[in-house]
Amino acid sequence: MKRLNLAPWLFLTPFLFLFSLFTVWPLINSMFLSMQQTYGPGRTEWVGLHNFKFLLTDPLFWKATANTVKFAAGSLFIQLPVALGLALLLNRPALKGRAYFRLIFFAPSLVGMPFVAMLFAPIFARHTGLLNKTLNYFISGWPIDFAWTQNYVMSALIIAALWMSAGFNMVYFLAALQNVSRDLIEAAEIDGAGAWHKFWHITLPEILPIAGFVTLLSVIGSFQLFELSYIMLNDSAGPDNRGLTIVMYLYQTGFEAGDLGYASSIGWVLALMLITIALIQRRILKRHEEH
Amino acid sequence: MQNRKAAANAIVYTLLVVFAIITLIPFAHMLAGALKTKFDYAATLFLPEGDGFLGIGWDRITLDNFRRLFGELKIGRAMLNSLFLASVHAILTVLFCSMGGYALAKLRFKGREFVTTLVLTALIIPGPLLLAPGFKLLYQLGLLNTYTGLLLPGLTPAFGVFLFRQAMLNGVPGELIEAARIDGAGEARIFFELVLPLVRPMMGAFLMISFMGTWNNFISPQIILQSPDLHPLSVALNNLKGLYGTDYALIMAGTIVSISPVMCIFLLLQREFIAGLTGGAVKG
Repeated sequence: MKRLNLAPWLFLTPFLFLFSLFTVWPLINSMFLSMQQTYGPGRTEWVGLHNFKFLLTDPLFWKATANTVKFAAGSLFIQLPVALGLALLLNRPALKGRAYFRLIFFAPSLVGMPFVAMLFAPIFARHTGLLNKTLNYFISGWPIDFAWTQNYVMSALIIAALWMSAGFNMVYFLAALQNVSRDLIEAAEIDGAGAWHKFWHITLPEILPIAGFVTLLSVIGSFQLFELSYIMLNDSAGPDNRGLTIVMYLYQTGFEAGDLGYASSIGWVLALMLITIALIQRRILKRHEEH
Repeated sequence: MQNRKAAANAIVYTLLVVFAIITLIPFAHMLAGALKTKFDYAATLFLPEGDGFLGIGWDRITLDNFRRLFGELKIGRAMLNSLFLASVHAILTVLFCSMGGYALAKLRFKGREFVTTLVLTALIIPGPLLLAPGFKLLYQLGLLNTYTGLLLPGLTPAFGVFLFRQAMLNGVPGELIEAARIDGAGEARIFFELVLPLVRPMMGAFLMISFMGTWNNFISPQIILQSPDLHPLSVALNNLKGLYGTDYALIMAGTIVSISPVMCIFLLLQREFIAGLTGGAVKG
């Protein structure tokens, strides 16, 4: 006697229904949309591959891409090393107050991106801002009206994101470090290995899988930057589009100018970039594992 | 040797304390700013100067910014909206994702591999790609400017189904389910009374992640909700920033109002949250 096994499908119904309706269908639809020019969601015109052709020579899109890459480089080369450094400091055996330090460093990542933007806008302000006043106090001749959110937008965003995310990534690094076998480290110490040697030859290879995972998440997240810039710059891309990011450009074309078609093609190019990054990251990690 | 170790320790603690202070300064600055008037804000970095204890003008400290926010600016409404949206979203997401994850981890059926591949593939779809076609779909369904339209698309993230599948693969013994089945327990009862209690840490962590995700979401409500009455805190506060952008003290008070609920929930669920956050990554 074999009765039809319905239970699994009942458990999966909410996922399958909502996933088909709100992910699969829009995904298919966005392929068609990317070949249309729309004027709001209701009116549309078929343009074939014109959107993609236009995108390749669209200076605003390339400006957005350059800005986004700058931001991602900031999180890759500044934020992740800081996160790893904090984790290494916290990973010292017999450290007192580890839980408190961890809580303090993690706290900023509880502040959502929109609220980080609101919190940092006044910090970057020209005359009254905390950052300029502090820098002016410590560095003689630092201009009190230094224009962070006018002329150095990407640097400002990298600083705010550093504050927000370093502690979050630190938690991952710390978990990885605590899994590194103490025996290996002690063996190296007996052999007289220095701190740098221990880190480079034992700790780093051991945490590489998680480090790779954190790096990938971090870069993918950076490529989707929107709120931080948009809100900090008062719902705009800033002077001369210095704060324009790829997702902000998608938002502007789709929801301010009303061209959902062009916005879809930007979305597809972004997806392509992210998939490429993921593939490159996998290649690099694989090569390291082979060595 | 002993001396070197003591010196190293001193350096580590100094660095940690310095970094901790740098991390806390923006919080302190925001807290102090929120308690000042617009004019004191421009004059001092932290608490207003005066001739009170510690050289601080304690009498100049004011709750006016909060009074204005909840009074004439009606931020309370937005706060209730955020609470409602984040709670409903968190509870339903945990329920639906745990159901899906359970079927993929513990039930045998034709098509399981296919659905699992579907979930894994969906993990790489970037959210912004779905913004434009998602908006068009909500327009066609007549769900723009409704909470249904805002909530429904996000209730079953592939990421959540995947996390619960992983947690249940290791955390729920198959024999236990078999035994319950032989005892005549129904599938629903097995799921709610046996399986879910076994993955409680994961539920706690994911409840928190989903709650925070909705609370801190900006782009979806910004696109989907037009009526100010429906706006959650993120959008409402940003609109206030547009109107009173130079009144930093007021915006800081609003930011405090916006982030404190998440902070409080985190302090309650802290241990489960960090375990759930890193658990999957470290085991994998």
